Amino acid sequence: MTSIGTGYDLYTSQFSPDGRVFQIDYAAKAVENSGTAIALRGKDGVVFAVEKIVTSKLFEKTANKRIFTVDRHVGVAVSGLLPDGRALVDTAGGEAADYRANYGSDIPLKYLSDRVAMYMHAYTLYSSLRPFGTTIMFGTYDKEDGPQLYCVEPSGVSYGYWGCAAGKAKQAAKTEIEKLKVQELSCQDLIKEAAKIIYMVHDEVKDKMFELELSWVTEATNGLHERVSQTVQDEAEKFAKAAMEEDSDSDEEDMS
Amino acid sequence: MAFPMDPFSCPPLWTGGPDPSGYYSFPQIQSRNASNFKGVSAGLKPQAHSQYPITTGTSVFGVKYKDGVVMAADTLGSYGSLARFPDLRRIIRVNEHTVVACSGDYADFQFLQEIIQQKQIDEDINGGGVTMKPEALHCWLTRFLYNKRSKFDPLWTTVIVGGMQDDKPFLGYCNYIGVAFKDDLMATGIGMDVAVPIMREVLDKKGVNEFTLEEAKDLIRQCVRVCFLRDCRSSSRFNMAVVNKDGAVVEEPTVVDTNWDIAKTIKGYE
Repeated sequence: MTSIGTGYDLYTSQFSPDGRVFQIDYAAKAVENSGTAIALRGKDGVVFAVEKIVTSKLFEKTANKRIFTVDRHVGVAVSGLLPDGRALVDTAGGEAADYRANYGSDIPLKYLSDRVAMYMHAYTLYSSLRPFGTTIMFGTYDKEDGPQLYCVEPSGVSYGYWGCAAGKAKQAAKTEIEKLKVQELSCQDLIKEAAKIIYMVHDEVKDKMFELELSWVTEATNGLHERVSQTVQDEAEKFAKAAMEEDSDSDEEDMS
Repeated sequence: MAFPMDPFSCPPLWTGGPDPSGYYSFPQIQSRNASNFKGVSAGLKPQAHSQYPITTGTSVFGVKYKDGVVMAADTLGSYGSLARFPDLRRIIRVNEHTVVACSGDYADFQFLQEIIQQKQIDEDINGGGVTMKPEALHCWLTRFLYNKRSKFDPLWTTVIVGGMQDDKPFLGYCNYIGVAFKDDLMATGIGMDVAVPIMREVLDKKGVNEFTLEEAKDLIRQCVRVCFLRDCRSSSRFNMAVVNKDGAVVEEPTVVDTNWDIAKTIKGYE
Protein backbone atom coordinates (compact mmCIF):
# COMPACT_ATOMS: atom_id res chain seq x y z
CA MET A 1 0.00 0.00 0.00
CA THR A 2 1.59 3.20 -1.21
CA SER A 3 -0.19 5.30 1.34
CA ILE A 4 2.18 4.41 4.15
CA GLY A 5 3.71 7.57 5.45
CA THR A 6 1.65 9.75 3.15
CA GLY A 7 -0.89 10.53 5.86
CA TYR A 8 -4.60 10.68 5.11
CA ASP A 9 -5.00 7.17 6.46
CA LEU A 10 -5.83 7.73 10.10
CA TYR A 11 -9.56 8.36 9.83
CA THR A 12 -12.44 7.37 7.62
CA SER A 13 -13.62 10.95 7.78
CA GLN A 14 -10.86 12.15 5.52
CA PHE A 15 -10.20 11.61 1.83
CA SER A 16 -6.70 11.33 0.42
CA PRO A 17 -5.89 13.85 -2.35
CA ASP A 18 -6.46 11.20 -5.00
CA GLY A 19 -9.89 10.45 -3.63
CA ARG A 20 -9.43 7.33 -1.55
CA VAL A 21 -10.47 6.59 2.00
CA PHE A 22 -7.53 4.53 3.15
CA GLN A 23 -9.18 3.12 6.26
CA ILE A 24 -11.65 1.33 3.99
CA ASP A 25 -8.79 -0.10 1.95
CA TYR A 26 -7.22 -1.34 5.16
CA ALA A 27 -10.49 -2.95 6.16
CA ALA A 28 -10.50 -4.74 2.80
CA LYS A 29 -6.96 -5.90 3.62
CA ALA A 30 -8.25 -7.40 6.84
CA VAL A 31 -10.64 -9.48 4.76
CA GLU A 32 -7.80 -10.64 2.54
CA ASN A 33 -6.02 -12.14 5.56
CA SER A 34 -8.93 -14.42 6.32
CA GLY A 35 -9.78 -17.84 4.96
CA THR A 36 -11.65 -17.93 1.67
CA ALA A 37 -15.42 -17.91 1.61
CA ILE A 38 -17.54 -18.44 -1.50
CA ALA A 39 -21.22 -18.42 -2.31
CA LEU A 40 -22.82 -19.74 -5.50
CA ARG A 41 -26.32 -19.09 -6.77
CA GLY A 42 -27.59 -22.03 -8.79
CA LYS A 43 -30.92 -22.67 -10.44
CA ASP A 44 -32.61 -24.03 -7.30
CA GLY A 45 -30.82 -22.31 -4.42
CA VAL A 46 -27.66 -20.84 -2.99
CA VAL A 47 -24.70 -22.75 -1.54
CA PHE A 48 -22.02 -21.48 0.81
CA ALA A 49 -18.54 -22.88 1.32
CA VAL A 50 -15.95 -21.56 3.73
CA GLU A 51 -12.32 -22.47 4.27
CA LYS A 52 -12.12 -22.28 8.04
CA ILE A 53 -8.46 -22.07 8.88
CA VAL A 54 -7.67 -23.88 12.12
CA THR A 55 -4.85 -22.08 13.87
CA SER A 56 -4.50 -24.51 16.73
CA LYS A 57 -5.09 -28.21 17.24
CA LEU A 58 -6.50 -27.36 20.65
CA PHE A 59 -9.69 -25.82 19.27
CA GLU A 60 -12.90 -27.77 19.50
CA LYS A 61 -14.16 -28.95 16.15
CA THR A 62 -17.10 -26.58 16.10
CA ALA A 63 -15.16 -23.49 17.20
CA ASN A 64 -15.12 -20.29 15.20
CA LYS A 65 -17.79 -21.10 12.65
CA ARG A 66 -18.04 -18.67 9.77
CA ILE A 67 -21.41 -19.67 8.35
CA PHE A 68 -24.45 -18.37 10.20
CA THR A 69 -28.22 -18.43 9.95
CA VAL A 70 -29.57 -14.91 10.20
CA ASP A 71 -33.21 -15.76 9.84
CA ARG A 72 -34.64 -19.17 9.09
CA HIS A 73 -34.60 -18.40 5.38
CA VAL A 74 -31.34 -16.47 5.18
CA GLY A 75 -27.85 -17.95 5.28
CA VAL A 76 -24.70 -15.94 5.68
CA ALA A 77 -21.00 -16.59 5.15
CA VAL A 78 -18.45 -14.12 6.50
CA SER A 79 -14.87 -13.53 5.62
CA GLY A 80 -12.55 -11.25 7.55
CA LEU A 81 -12.44 -10.45 11.24
CA LEU A 82 -14.68 -12.99 12.91
CA PRO A 83 -15.89 -10.78 15.80
CA ASP A 84 -16.85 -8.08 13.31
CA GLY A 85 -18.70 -10.69 11.31
CA ARG A 86 -20.54 -11.93 14.37
CA ALA A 87 -21.56 -8.39 15.26
CA LEU A 88 -22.93 -7.92 11.75
CA VAL A 89 -24.81 -11.22 11.86
CA ASP A 90 -26.35 -10.00 15.09
CA THR A 91 -27.52 -6.71 13.58
CA ALA A 92 -28.79 -8.56 10.52
CA GLY A 93 -30.78 -10.87 12.81
CA GLY A 94 -32.19 -7.83 14.55
CA GLU A 95 -33.23 -6.30 11.24
CA ALA A 96 -34.91 -9.53 10.17
CA ALA A 97 -36.83 -9.72 13.44
CA ASP A 98 -37.74 -6.04 13.20
CA TYR A 99 -39.09 -6.51 9.68
CA ARG A 100 -41.16 -9.49 10.78
CA ALA A 101 -42.55 -7.58 13.78
CA ASN A 102 -43.60 -4.70 11.53
CA TYR A 103 -44.79 -6.46 8.38
CA GLY A 104 -45.55 -10.00 9.52
CA SER A 105 -43.52 -11.74 6.85
CA ASP A 106 -39.96 -12.82 6.18
CA ILE A 107 -37.65 -10.00 5.20
CA PRO A 108 -36.83 -9.94 1.47
CA LEU A 109 -33.12 -10.50 1.00
CA LYS A 110 -32.66 -7.26 -0.90
CA TYR A 111 -34.00 -5.30 2.06
CA LEU A 112 -31.87 -7.21 4.53
CA SER A 113 -28.64 -6.79 2.59
CA ASP A 114 -29.44 -3.13 1.98
CA ARG A 115 -30.02 -2.49 5.66
CA VAL A 116 -26.78 -4.21 6.62
CA ALA A 117 -24.98 -2.35 3.85
CA MET A 118 -26.27 0.97 5.21
CA TYR A 119 -25.15 -0.04 8.67
CA MET A 120 -21.68 -0.90 7.42
CA HIS A 121 -21.53 2.26 5.37
CA ALA A 122 -22.30 4.37 8.45
CA TYR A 123 -19.08 3.01 9.95
CA THR A 124 -17.10 4.57 7.10
CA LEU A 125 -18.26 8.11 7.77
CA TYR A 126 -16.91 9.14 11.15
CA SER A 127 -13.41 9.68 12.45
CA SER A 128 -14.30 8.00 15.70
CA LEU A 129 -15.36 4.72 14.08
CA ARG A 130 -13.53 1.88 12.42
CA PRO A 131 -15.07 0.22 9.35
CA PHE A 132 -16.01 -3.44 9.58
CA GLY A 133 -13.15 -5.72 8.55
CA THR A 134 -15.64 -8.13 7.06
CA THR A 135 -17.19 -9.11 3.77
CA ILE A 136 -20.55 -10.72 4.28
CA MET A 137 -22.58 -12.81 1.81
CA PHE A 138 -26.31 -13.29 2.10
CA GLY A 139 -28.23 -16.03 0.36
CA THR A 140 -31.83 -17.19 0.25
CA TYR A 141 -34.29 -19.11 -1.86
CA ASP A 142 -38.04 -18.73 -2.21
CA LYS A 143 -40.67 -19.96 -4.66
CA GLU A 144 -41.62 -16.52 -5.99
CA ASP A 145 -38.21 -14.93 -6.50
CA GLY A 146 -36.00 -18.01 -6.81
CA PRO A 147 -32.47 -17.98 -5.45
CA GLN A 148 -30.86 -14.70 -4.45
CA LEU A 149 -27.33 -13.83 -3.42
CA TYR A 150 -25.93 -10.52 -2.19
CA CYS A 151 -22.48 -9.60 -1.01
CA VAL A 152 -21.65 -6.58 1.17
CA GLU A 153 -18.11 -5.24 1.42
CA PRO A 154 -16.48 -3.18 4.18
CA SER A 155 -17.18 0.02 2.23
CA GLY A 156 -20.89 -0.68 2.58
CA VAL A 157 -21.44 -1.46 -1.06
CA SER A 158 -23.96 -4.23 -1.77
CA TYR A 159 -24.44 -6.07 -5.05
CA GLY A 160 -26.39 -9.09 -6.20
CA TYR A 161 -24.30 -11.94 -7.62
CA TRP A 162 -24.41 -15.33 -9.31
CA GLY A 163 -21.25 -16.18 -7.47
CA CYS A 164 -18.97 -14.32 -5.11
CA ALA A 165 -15.80 -14.89 -3.16
CA ALA A 166 -13.85 -13.16 -0.41
CA GLY A 167 -10.75 -13.80 1.63
CA LYS A 168 -7.21 -14.94 0.91
CA ALA A 169 -7.84 -16.60 -2.43
CA LYS A 170 -10.61 -14.32 -3.62
CA GLN A 171 -9.13 -13.93 -7.11
CA ALA A 172 -8.35 -17.60 -7.66
CA ALA A 173 -11.80 -18.59 -6.39
CA LYS A 174 -13.49 -16.07 -8.66
CA THR A 175 -11.75 -17.42 -11.76
CA GLU A 176 -12.80 -20.93 -10.79
CA ILE A 177 -16.40 -19.82 -10.28
CA GLU A 178 -16.38 -18.14 -13.67
CA LYS A 179 -15.51 -21.47 -15.30
CA LEU A 180 -18.78 -22.94 -14.02
CA LYS A 181 -22.18 -22.41 -15.56
CA VAL A 182 -23.69 -21.69 -12.15
CA GLN A 183 -27.09 -20.64 -13.50
CA GLU A 184 -27.64 -24.10 -14.96
CA LEU A 185 -26.35 -26.15 -12.05
CA SER A 186 -28.43 -27.55 -9.23
CA CYS A 187 -27.33 -27.19 -5.64
CA GLN A 188 -26.53 -30.91 -5.46
CA ASP A 189 -23.79 -30.28 -8.03
CA LEU A 190 -22.85 -26.83 -6.81
CA ILE A 191 -22.09 -28.02 -3.29
CA LYS A 192 -19.48 -30.37 -4.76
CA GLU A 193 -18.08 -27.70 -7.01
CA ALA A 194 -17.92 -25.27 -4.10
CA ALA A 195 -16.06 -27.83 -1.99
CA LYS A 196 -13.69 -28.43 -4.88
CA ILE A 197 -12.97 -24.74 -5.26
CA ILE A 198 -12.18 -24.34 -1.55
CA TYR A 199 -9.85 -27.35 -1.64
CA MET A 200 -8.26 -26.01 -4.81
CA VAL A 201 -7.51 -22.51 -3.57
CA HIS A 202 -6.35 -23.66 -0.15
CA ASP A 203 -2.66 -22.91 0.35
CA GLU A 204 -1.10 -25.91 2.10
CA VAL A 205 2.20 -24.16 2.59
CA LYS A 206 0.92 -21.20 4.51
CA ASP A 207 -2.02 -22.77 6.36
CA LYS A 208 -1.71 -26.42 7.20
CA MET A 209 -5.03 -27.22 8.80
CA PHE A 210 -8.42 -26.15 7.59
CA GLU A 211 -11.98 -27.28 7.87
CA LEU A 212 -14.53 -27.07 5.10
CA GLU A 213 -17.83 -25.53 6.13
CA LEU A 214 -20.76 -26.15 3.79
CA SER A 215 -24.36 -24.98 3.90
CA TRP A 216 -27.25 -24.22 1.56
CA VAL A 217 -30.69 -22.66 1.11
CA THR A 218 -32.51 -24.51 -1.63
CA GLU A 219 -35.81 -25.64 -2.97
CA ALA A 220 -35.11 -29.02 -1.38
CA THR A 221 -34.71 -27.48 2.10
CA ASN A 222 -38.02 -25.62 1.64
CA GLY A 223 -36.21 -22.30 1.53
CA LEU A 224 -34.63 -22.84 4.93
CA HIS A 225 -30.94 -22.31 5.48
CA GLU A 226 -29.27 -25.48 6.71
CA ARG A 227 -25.84 -26.91 7.15
CA VAL A 228 -25.51 -29.85 4.78
CA SER A 229 -25.93 -33.35 6.16
CA GLN A 230 -22.86 -35.41 7.00
CA THR A 231 -23.38 -37.59 3.91
CA VAL A 232 -23.48 -34.59 1.59
CA GLN A 233 -20.45 -33.12 3.34
CA ASP A 234 -18.49 -36.38 2.98
CA GLU A 235 -19.48 -36.76 -0.65
CA ALA A 236 -18.49 -33.19 -1.45
CA GLU A 237 -15.12 -33.59 0.23
CA LYS A 238 -14.54 -36.90 -1.54
CA PHE A 239 -15.37 -35.26 -4.86
CA ALA A 240 -13.06 -32.33 -4.08
CA LYS A 241 -10.15 -34.54 -3.06
CA ALA A 242 -10.58 -36.77 -6.10
CA ALA A 243 -10.57 -33.75 -8.37
CA MET A 244 -7.41 -32.49 -6.70
CA GLU A 245 -5.61 -35.80 -7.19
CA GLU A 246 -6.63 -35.95 -10.81
CA ASP A 247 -5.20 -32.48 -11.17
CA SER A 248 -1.87 -33.33 -9.60
CA ASP A 249 -1.65 -36.52 -11.73
CA SER A 250 -2.04 -34.53 -14.90
CA ASP A 251 0.54 -32.05 -13.59
CA GLU A 252 3.04 -34.85 -13.21
CA GLU A 253 2.31 -36.03 -16.74
CA ASP A 254 3.00 -32.53 -17.98
CA MET A 255 6.35 -32.52 -16.25
CA SER A 256 7.56 -35.83 -17.66
CA MET B 1 -51.25 33.66 29.68
CA ALA B 2 -50.08 31.21 32.30
CA PHE B 3 -51.79 30.89 35.60
CA PRO B 4 -49.84 32.64 38.31
CA MET B 5 -49.99 29.67 40.69
CA ASP B 6 -49.08 27.08 38.07
CA PRO B 7 -45.72 25.61 39.15
CA PHE B 8 -44.89 24.47 35.60
CA SER B 9 -45.17 27.74 33.74
CA CYS B 10 -42.17 30.03 33.34
CA PRO B 11 -42.04 33.39 35.01
CA PRO B 12 -42.73 36.09 32.42
CA LEU B 13 -39.69 37.05 30.38
CA TRP B 14 -40.59 40.64 30.52
CA THR B 15 -43.63 42.33 31.97
CA GLY B 16 -46.27 43.08 29.43
CA GLY B 17 -44.45 40.97 26.81
CA PRO B 18 -45.66 37.74 25.26
CA ASP B 19 -45.49 34.43 27.15
CA PRO B 20 -43.25 32.14 25.06
CA SER B 21 -44.97 29.01 26.33
CA GLY B 22 -48.24 30.35 24.99
CA TYR B 23 -47.03 29.90 21.43
CA TYR B 24 -46.50 26.16 21.65
CA SER B 25 -48.98 23.51 22.57
CA PHE B 26 -47.37 20.63 24.34
CA PRO B 27 -49.89 17.85 24.95
CA GLN B 28 -49.02 17.41 28.63
CA ILE B 29 -49.37 21.11 29.39
CA GLN B 30 -52.74 21.16 27.75
CA SER B 31 -54.04 18.32 29.85
CA ARG B 32 -52.65 20.05 32.92
CA ASN B 33 -54.51 23.20 32.12
CA ALA B 34 -57.71 21.45 31.16
CA SER B 35 -60.31 22.83 33.49
CA ASN B 36 -62.28 19.61 33.87
CA PHE B 37 -59.28 17.66 35.11
CA LYS B 38 -59.06 17.00 38.82
CA GLY B 39 -55.96 14.84 38.84
CA VAL B 40 -53.07 14.18 41.15
CA SER B 41 -51.47 17.15 42.89
CA ALA B 42 -48.50 17.34 40.49
CA GLY B 43 -51.00 18.33 37.83
CA LEU B 44 -50.16 15.38 35.54
CA LYS B 45 -52.73 12.87 34.41
CA PRO B 46 -51.94 9.39 35.62
CA GLN B 47 -50.92 6.95 32.90
CA ALA B 48 -54.01 5.05 31.77
CA HIS B 49 -53.83 1.40 30.68
CA SER B 50 -56.35 -1.00 29.24
CA GLN B 51 -58.79 -2.00 31.93
CA TYR B 52 -60.84 -4.54 30.03
CA PRO B 53 -60.56 -6.85 27.04
CA ILE B 54 -62.04 -5.91 23.64
CA THR B 55 -62.24 -8.84 21.25
CA THR B 56 -62.29 -11.94 23.38
CA GLY B 57 -62.06 -15.67 23.13
CA THR B 58 -63.84 -17.84 25.64
CA SER B 59 -62.71 -21.00 27.45
CA VAL B 60 -59.90 -23.29 26.42
CA PHE B 61 -59.51 -26.84 27.68
CA GLY B 62 -56.55 -29.09 28.25
CA VAL B 63 -56.13 -32.60 29.57
CA LYS B 64 -53.24 -35.00 29.86
CA TYR B 65 -53.46 -38.60 28.72
CA LYS B 66 -50.94 -41.37 29.12
CA ASP B 67 -48.75 -40.37 26.16
CA GLY B 68 -49.37 -36.66 25.83
CA VAL B 69 -51.74 -33.76 25.98
CA VAL B 70 -55.00 -32.84 24.24
CA MET B 71 -56.21 -29.26 24.10
CA ALA B 72 -59.15 -27.47 22.51
CA ALA B 73 -60.54 -24.00 22.00
CA ASP B 74 -63.42 -22.75 19.90
CA THR B 75 -62.82 -20.37 17.01
CA LEU B 76 -65.07 -17.51 18.02
CA GLY B 77 -63.88 -13.97 18.69
CA SER B 78 -66.56 -12.08 20.59
CA TYR B 79 -66.84 -8.31 20.53
CA GLY B 80 -68.64 -7.83 23.80
CA SER B 81 -71.71 -10.01 23.39
CA LEU B 82 -71.52 -9.83 19.59
CA ALA B 83 -70.23 -12.97 17.89
CA ARG B 84 -67.93 -10.86 15.73
CA PHE B 85 -65.18 -13.13 14.33
CA PRO B 86 -66.19 -16.72 13.57
CA ASP B 87 -62.77 -18.07 12.56
CA LEU B 88 -60.04 -17.09 15.01
CA ARG B 89 -57.38 -19.65 15.76
CA ARG B 90 -56.65 -19.61 19.47
CA ILE B 91 -54.23 -22.51 19.65
CA ILE B 92 -50.77 -22.12 18.17
CA ARG B 93 -48.02 -24.63 17.65
CA VAL B 94 -44.74 -23.28 19.02
CA ASN B 95 -42.44 -26.21 18.25
CA GLU B 96 -42.56 -29.99 18.08
CA HIS B 97 -42.98 -30.23 21.85
CA THR B 98 -45.21 -27.27 22.61
CA VAL B 99 -48.56 -25.65 21.90
CA VAL B 100 -50.09 -22.56 23.49
CA ALA B 101 -53.77 -21.75 23.75
CA CYS B 102 -55.32 -18.59 24.97
CA SER B 103 -58.57 -17.06 26.12
CA GLY B 104 -59.26 -13.42 26.88
CA ASP B 105 -58.25 -10.45 24.74
CA TYR B 106 -57.35 -11.67 21.27
CA ALA B 107 -55.11 -8.72 20.44
CA ASP B 108 -53.05 -9.40 23.54
CA PHE B 109 -52.79 -13.03 22.46
CA GLN B 110 -51.56 -11.99 19.04
CA PHE B 111 -48.99 -9.77 20.71
CA LEU B 112 -47.81 -12.70 22.84
CA GLN B 113 -47.88 -14.97 19.83
CA GLU B 114 -45.48 -12.74 17.90
CA ILE B 115 -43.03 -12.64 20.80
CA ILE B 116 -43.17 -16.39 21.30
CA GLN B 117 -42.74 -17.12 17.62
CA GLN B 118 -39.75 -14.81 17.34
CA LYS B 119 -38.26 -16.52 20.39
CA GLN B 120 -38.67 -19.83 18.60
CA ILE B 121 -37.07 -18.44 15.44
CA ASP B 122 -34.11 -17.16 17.45
CA GLU B 123 -33.78 -20.62 18.88
CA ASP B 124 -33.93 -22.32 15.48
CA ILE B 125 -31.25 -19.98 14.21
CA ASN B 126 -28.84 -20.60 17.05
CA GLY B 127 -29.22 -24.35 16.61
CA GLY B 128 -28.66 -26.91 19.32
CA GLY B 129 -32.18 -28.32 19.46
CA VAL B 130 -35.27 -27.18 21.26
CA THR B 131 -34.74 -25.54 24.64
CA MET B 132 -38.08 -23.75 24.80
CA LYS B 133 -39.92 -26.78 26.07
CA PRO B 134 -43.39 -26.33 27.54
CA GLU B 135 -42.23 -25.95 31.12
CA ALA B 136 -39.69 -23.29 30.14
CA LEU B 137 -42.24 -21.40 28.06
CA HIS B 138 -44.81 -21.64 30.84
CA CYS B 139 -42.31 -20.30 33.35
CA TRP B 140 -41.42 -17.43 31.03
CA LEU B 141 -45.11 -16.61 30.54
CA THR B 142 -45.69 -16.47 34.29
CA ARG B 143 -42.81 -14.00 34.62
CA PHE B 144 -43.94 -11.95 31.64
CA LEU B 145 -47.62 -11.73 32.58
CA TYR B 146 -46.85 -11.08 36.24
CA ASN B 147 -44.39 -8.35 35.31
CA LYS B 148 -46.95 -6.68 33.07
CA ARG B 149 -49.63 -6.74 35.73
CA SER B 150 -47.14 -5.35 38.28
CA LYS B 151 -46.84 -2.32 36.03
CA PHE B 152 -50.63 -2.02 36.09
CA ASP B 153 -50.60 -2.79 32.38
CA PRO B 154 -51.70 -6.41 32.12
CA LEU B 155 -52.15 -8.48 29.00
CA TRP B 156 -55.81 -9.42 29.41
CA THR B 157 -55.39 -13.05 28.68
CA THR B 158 -55.28 -16.50 30.20
CA VAL B 159 -52.79 -18.89 28.70
CA ILE B 160 -52.55 -22.65 28.75
CA VAL B 161 -49.27 -24.22 27.70
CA GLY B 162 -49.32 -27.87 26.77
CA GLY B 163 -46.74 -30.26 25.49
CA MET B 164 -44.12 -32.86 26.12
CA GLN B 165 -41.52 -32.07 28.75
CA ASP B 166 -38.74 -34.65 28.29
CA ASP B 167 -41.18 -37.42 27.28
CA LYS B 168 -43.68 -36.52 29.99
CA PRO B 169 -46.95 -34.71 29.33
CA PHE B 170 -47.04 -31.14 30.63
CA LEU B 171 -49.93 -28.78 31.16
CA GLY B 172 -49.54 -25.31 32.67
CA TYR B 173 -51.86 -22.38 33.28
CA CYS B 174 -51.18 -18.70 33.75
CA ASN B 175 -53.61 -15.82 33.83
CA TYR B 176 -53.32 -12.07 33.42
CA ILE B 177 -52.57 -11.38 37.05
CA GLY B 178 -49.84 -13.97 37.13
CA VAL B 179 -51.66 -16.77 38.90
CA ALA B 180 -50.07 -19.94 37.63
CA PHE B 181 -50.35 -23.66 38.25
CA LYS B 182 -49.71 -27.02 36.66
CA ASP B 183 -52.24 -29.83 36.67
CA ASP B 184 -53.42 -32.92 34.83
CA LEU B 185 -56.51 -31.14 33.56
CA MET B 186 -57.48 -27.53 33.21
CA ALA B 187 -59.81 -25.05 31.61
CA THR B 188 -60.04 -21.28 31.52
CA GLY B 189 -62.91 -18.88 31.99
CA ILE B 190 -66.35 -20.35 32.35
CA GLY B 191 -64.89 -23.72 31.46
CA MET B 192 -63.30 -23.73 34.87
CA ASP B 193 -66.76 -23.97 36.39
CA VAL B 194 -68.46 -26.04 33.72
CA ALA B 195 -65.83 -28.34 32.22
CA VAL B 196 -63.36 -28.98 35.03
CA PRO B 197 -65.86 -30.99 37.12
CA ILE B 198 -66.62 -33.17 34.09
CA MET B 199 -62.95 -33.77 33.42
CA ARG B 200 -62.20 -34.38 37.07
CA GLU B 201 -64.91 -36.99 37.38
CA VAL B 202 -63.50 -38.97 34.48
CA LEU B 203 -59.84 -38.63 35.44
CA ASP B 204 -60.43 -39.39 39.11
CA LYS B 205 -61.90 -42.74 38.08
CA LYS B 206 -59.35 -43.61 35.45
CA GLY B 207 -56.08 -41.87 36.27
CA VAL B 208 -53.89 -40.16 33.69
CA ASN B 209 -51.70 -43.21 33.18
CA GLU B 210 -54.63 -45.29 32.00
CA PHE B 211 -56.18 -42.58 29.86
CA THR B 212 -55.90 -43.15 26.10
CA LEU B 213 -55.77 -40.60 23.32
CA GLU B 214 -59.26 -41.44 22.07
CA GLU B 215 -60.69 -41.18 25.57
CA ALA B 216 -58.98 -37.85 26.06
CA LYS B 217 -60.30 -36.55 22.76
CA ASP B 218 -63.82 -37.70 23.64
CA LEU B 219 -63.58 -36.00 27.01
CA ILE B 220 -62.38 -32.76 25.47
CA ARG B 221 -65.13 -32.92 22.84
CA GLN B 222 -67.66 -33.37 25.60
CA CYS B 223 -66.26 -30.32 27.43
CA VAL B 224 -66.42 -28.20 24.29
CA ARG B 225 -69.96 -29.38 23.70
CA VAL B 226 -71.16 -28.64 27.21
CA CYS B 227 -69.53 -25.22 27.11
CA PHE B 228 -71.08 -24.54 23.74
CA LEU B 229 -74.50 -25.32 25.20
CA ARG B 230 -74.00 -23.35 28.41
CA ASP B 231 -71.70 -20.47 27.45
CA CYS B 232 -73.22 -17.63 25.41
CA ARG B 233 -69.77 -16.49 24.18
CA SER B 234 -68.87 -19.80 22.58
CA SER B 235 -69.35 -21.29 19.15
CA SER B 236 -69.68 -24.83 17.87
CA ARG B 237 -66.52 -24.68 15.74
CA PHE B 238 -63.39 -25.60 17.58
CA ASN B 239 -59.74 -26.47 17.12
CA MET B 240 -58.20 -29.45 18.83
CA ALA B 241 -54.48 -29.88 19.42
CA VAL B 242 -52.60 -33.05 20.28
CA VAL B 243 -49.02 -33.17 21.53
CA ASN B 244 -47.21 -36.45 22.06
CA LYS B 245 -43.87 -37.98 21.28
CA ASP B 246 -44.66 -37.84 17.56
CA GLY B 247 -44.90 -34.06 17.63
CA ALA B 248 -47.40 -31.26 18.10
CA VAL B 249 -50.38 -30.97 15.79
CA VAL B 250 -53.13 -28.36 15.80
CA GLU B 251 -55.96 -30.00 13.88
CA GLU B 252 -58.25 -28.18 11.48
CA PRO B 253 -61.50 -26.93 13.04
CA THR B 254 -64.39 -29.33 13.50
CA VAL B 255 -67.96 -28.75 14.62
CA VAL B 256 -69.69 -29.94 17.78
CA ASP B 257 -72.58 -32.22 16.98
CA THR B 258 -75.77 -30.72 18.32
CA ASN B 259 -79.37 -31.82 18.29
CA TRP B 260 -82.05 -29.18 18.06
CA ASP B 261 -84.98 -31.58 17.56
CA ILE B 262 -85.98 -31.17 21.16
CA ALA B 263 -86.36 -27.45 20.59
CA LYS B 264 -89.70 -28.18 18.93
CA THR B 265 -91.00 -29.71 22.13
CA ILE B 266 -90.48 -26.52 24.07
CA LYS B 267 -93.64 -24.50 24.20
CA GLY B 268 -93.99 -20.79 24.54
CA TYR B 269 -90.97 -19.60 22.53
CA GLU B 270 -92.33 -19.88 18.99
